[in-house]
Amino acid sequence: MHQKTLVELSADLRKGTCSSEELTRACLDRISSYDGELNCFVTVVEQQALAAAKAADARIKAGTAAPLTGIPFAHKDIFCTRGVKTSCGSRMLDNFIAPYDATVTRKLLEAGAVMLGKTNMDEFAMGSSNETSFYGAVKNPWDAATVPGGSSGGSAAAVAARLVPASTGTDTGGSIRQPAALCGITGIKPTYGRVSRYGMIAFASSLDQGGAFTRTAEDAAVMLAAMAGFDERDSTSVDRPVDDYMAGLNAPLQGLKIGLPKEYFGEGLDAGVAAAIEAALDEYRKLGATLVDITLPNTHLSVPAYYVVAPAECSSNLSRFDGVRFGYRASEPQDLEDLYTRSRGEGFGDEVKRRILVGTYALSAGYYDAYYLQAQKVRRLIRDDFLRAFEQVDVIMGPTAPSVAFKLGEKADDPVSMYLSDIYTIAVNLAGLPAISVPAGFSDGLPVGLHVVGNYFDEARLLNVGHQYQQATDWHTHSPQGF
Amino acid sequence: MEWETVIGLEIHTQLATSSKIFSGASTTYGAEPNTQACAVDLGLPGVLPVLNADVVRMAAKFGLATHSTVARRSVFDRKNYFYPDLPKGYQISQLALPIVHDGYLDIDLEDGSSKRIGITRAHLEEDAGKSLHESFHGMTGIDLNRAGTPLLEIVSEPELRSAREAVAYMRKIHSLVRYLDISDGNMQEGSFRCDANVSVRPLGQQEFGTRAEIKNINSFRFVEQAINLEVERQIMLIESGGMVVQETRLFDPDRHETRPMRSKEEANDYRYFPDPDLLPVELDDEFIEAVRNTLPELPDARKARFVSEHGLSDYDAGVLTATRELADYFEAVVVASGGLGKLSANWVMGELSGALNKSDGDINDSPVSAAALGVMLQRIEDGTISGKLAKQVFEAMWNGEGSADEVIEQQGLKQISDSSAIEAIITEVLHNNPQQIEQYRAGQQKLFGFFVGQVMKATQGKANPKQVNELLKKLLES
Repeated sequence: MHQKTLVELSADLRKGTCSSEELTRACLDRISSYDGELNCFVTVVEQQALAAAKAADARIKAGTAAPLTGIPFAHKDIFCTRGVKTSCGSRMLDNFIAPYDATVTRKLLEAGAVMLGKTNMDEFAMGSSNETSFYGAVKNPWDAATVPGGSSGGSAAAVAARLVPASTGTDTGGSIRQPAALCGITGIKPTYGRVSRYGMIAFASSLDQGGAFTRTAEDAAVMLAAMAGFDERDSTSVDRPVDDYMAGLNAPLQGLKIGLPKEYFGEGLDAGVAAAIEAALDEYRKLGATLVDITLPNTHLSVPAYYVVAPAECSSNLSRFDGVRFGYRASEPQDLEDLYTRSRGEGFGDEVKRRILVGTYALSAGYYDAYYLQAQKVRRLIRDDFLRAFEQVDVIMGPTAPSVAFKLGEKADDPVSMYLSDIYTIAVNLAGLPAISVPAGFSDGLPVGLHVVGNYFDEARLLNVGHQYQQATDWHTHSPQGF
Repeated sequence: MEWETVIGLEIHTQLATSSKIFSGASTTYGAEPNTQACAVDLGLPGVLPVLNADVVRMAAKFGLATHSTVARRSVFDRKNYFYPDLPKGYQISQLALPIVHDGYLDIDLEDGSSKRIGITRAHLEEDAGKSLHESFHGMTGIDLNRAGTPLLEIVSEPELRSAREAVAYMRKIHSLVRYLDISDGNMQEGSFRCDANVSVRPLGQQEFGTRAEIKNINSFRFVEQAINLEVERQIMLIESGGMVVQETRLFDPDRHETRPMRSKEEANDYRYFPDPDLLPVELDDEFIEAVRNTLPELPDARKARFVSEHGLSDYDAGVLTATRELADYFEAVVVASGGLGKLSANWVMGELSGALNKSDGDINDSPVSAAALGVMLQRIEDGTISGKLAKQVFEAMWNGEGSADEVIEQQGLKQISDSSAIEAIITEVLHNNPQQIEQYRAGQQKLFGFFVGQVMKATQGKANPKQVNELLKKLLES
């Protein structure tokens, strides 16, 4: 049962060949068998899940089921879930039981999806390896000595290990796509504003976007359809109808114009990854697509700009964690200053502190123009690069990450090298564009992800492009040994 | 040396919306602590602000009423600092692109002239909560009911030259926001408060002196006191060889002084940047014109109209238009009296104001409605009662004894205007005072008053005075 896709399981539930309760129990069993080693989950809500599964079964029987009704899934522990701990991977929120549901949480609840628990993540979504979590590192199911990527490492590893058919994630600089690539699954980050950020704990507000992990693009279409839409509680969400993501999945790719930015295939790209991507591009050629060489000349500015904008916003967003109203509070504070410094000093981990410091510096009087304002200008240049490219091509392709999964601890002490693992994904967040990562073979036995970037609100096309590739290849069906 | 005072005011006025600026929580004053703070006001992880459209309309109204530019595009910024009653660790405000800028207001000076004061800007922001230091032993309580309450911060140019001018300006703004119905202006509840930037310079010098900012003054009287104290302090300091330090000061009315709140070393770098959770506010001409159409008649225009329409003096028109409520009351009296402008003004500013002062109430507390007062004025005009007895009628109305007509009826105050009746009474008075008639006829003209008094006494003041005069003259000379 665990090898079936979300769409297959949805059909089984409807046919009555299995119940949501059976399916939920099967997933919970797998979690208890495997998660001790993988560490994907911070919280598992067994009783709540079984109750939700029974309700879903009743709904299926009543004939009022939505496509996700009865499907077990896991939430990244960044989405607020009423009555359930929402830790954001931090000691700071280890005691935080959210009193309200995020919009995404509510929408999936209304769709009848069955939440099994909350997944491990880099602390406050800051990291590319899931090693900065207060709850310890997550292991990559393909090789327990390697990282699953981050920050949504727990969500990605849980889908890769077939513990759940789907999970949610958030992507600020690549936090869905990079772990999807490193874990050999499909991960989609929609256009900024497509999925509500309400109740999604903010890291960098102008970059954060919720999305989903599944094994196939078709499954991703089902998840995204349930998650997307305008939300009046999020002023940055866009009031525009959600496309029918299923309708166009089977459209042929004949005539599709694929842009290949020369900047994505240069220095720093691992040879094995490059070879897998070349093979994937050949496959697209066979499917009738045309490959066009393009340039995104400001690509080299994206990592520096990102590491000004994201820390600046995070330094302000994380100010509310002060030990006063909720979250971690230092014991026996001597005075207000002591309450602040020790609560924050003890509650936050090193990477979070590093980014708060960088961001505070970037926004300080006398530095604002040189850093923050400059970074915002660079952002415009990067967006303009993409807009020019989309005048020529329909989608842009390249590797999702420069290498396959690296070893646990390998980059933990070298922030810059860690930051470079998001070199291909970051520009997409700066521009606010949608992108998907789909499994595209292996290098040294570890998965490689193909990165497909679309124009604004072109999620349907990305899903179509991913699905057609998955009809022609079987990389997405490979499961890690032992799972 | 002669010194010149330079003052600029930053007035924080709470906008009279029913819900907060970025959340749906209620803004009602005086609720139990923390019962009017929702997830957004508490700054819980994951929540997002959504701008209240009423706030934008109110700010635009203020902008149009002060000849300001209402910005087609304004931006909310985050002002970052840590304080326990600031839940998010930042206040959402507007720095570079405020919603209103470059306007002015004319204030009336004591010598009767008027002065134009520039309004630099008015921006929207959220209020913080309150720290409660009483009744928590060794600890501080936090009440977040006020957190997220909408404020319009109105910043003047440094063009005020005395504490009196500052108060006149503040009063004018206070009156205006109430005219516009965008704030209740309640100073006790903190809905209207100000910071004063004060400096001094030798008279004639162009350059400004170093200023001190006196924070959070919440009454007109305190503004005047605080500024005068600060000016005195600065002049004494400079004249004794010292230098004014740029700092934030607190006014202490009990100790009658201003004193430093925080020193420069603790000065915050607020690290302002545009709030990425909120879109820029973009207003088009259509919106601005729609707001313009909702503007009421403003104090200056109303004052001019009172002068031309009701024949009032500048001074009287100024007094009657000082608040919207008073002006509304006055106009309602005029209507009810059938157009007696001058008489209405005299009564509203005279008897009514006097009675209100005595009872320490304002016009909204008047037990005599404008309509009832207007009817009473009609009774004066149509000769039913004399002006003198009207005061007695008014007092009875004030005490709830009924309408003008009821009081006149009950107390038998109706004026006697029947010539034959008056003549009969006069005849009797003359008959009883033959000696005085002789003296009068012998040239003691002042005795005329004596006879009038006797007639009035006999009629308990109800005889029509004009008729008494005429008839008495006729009979004495016959």
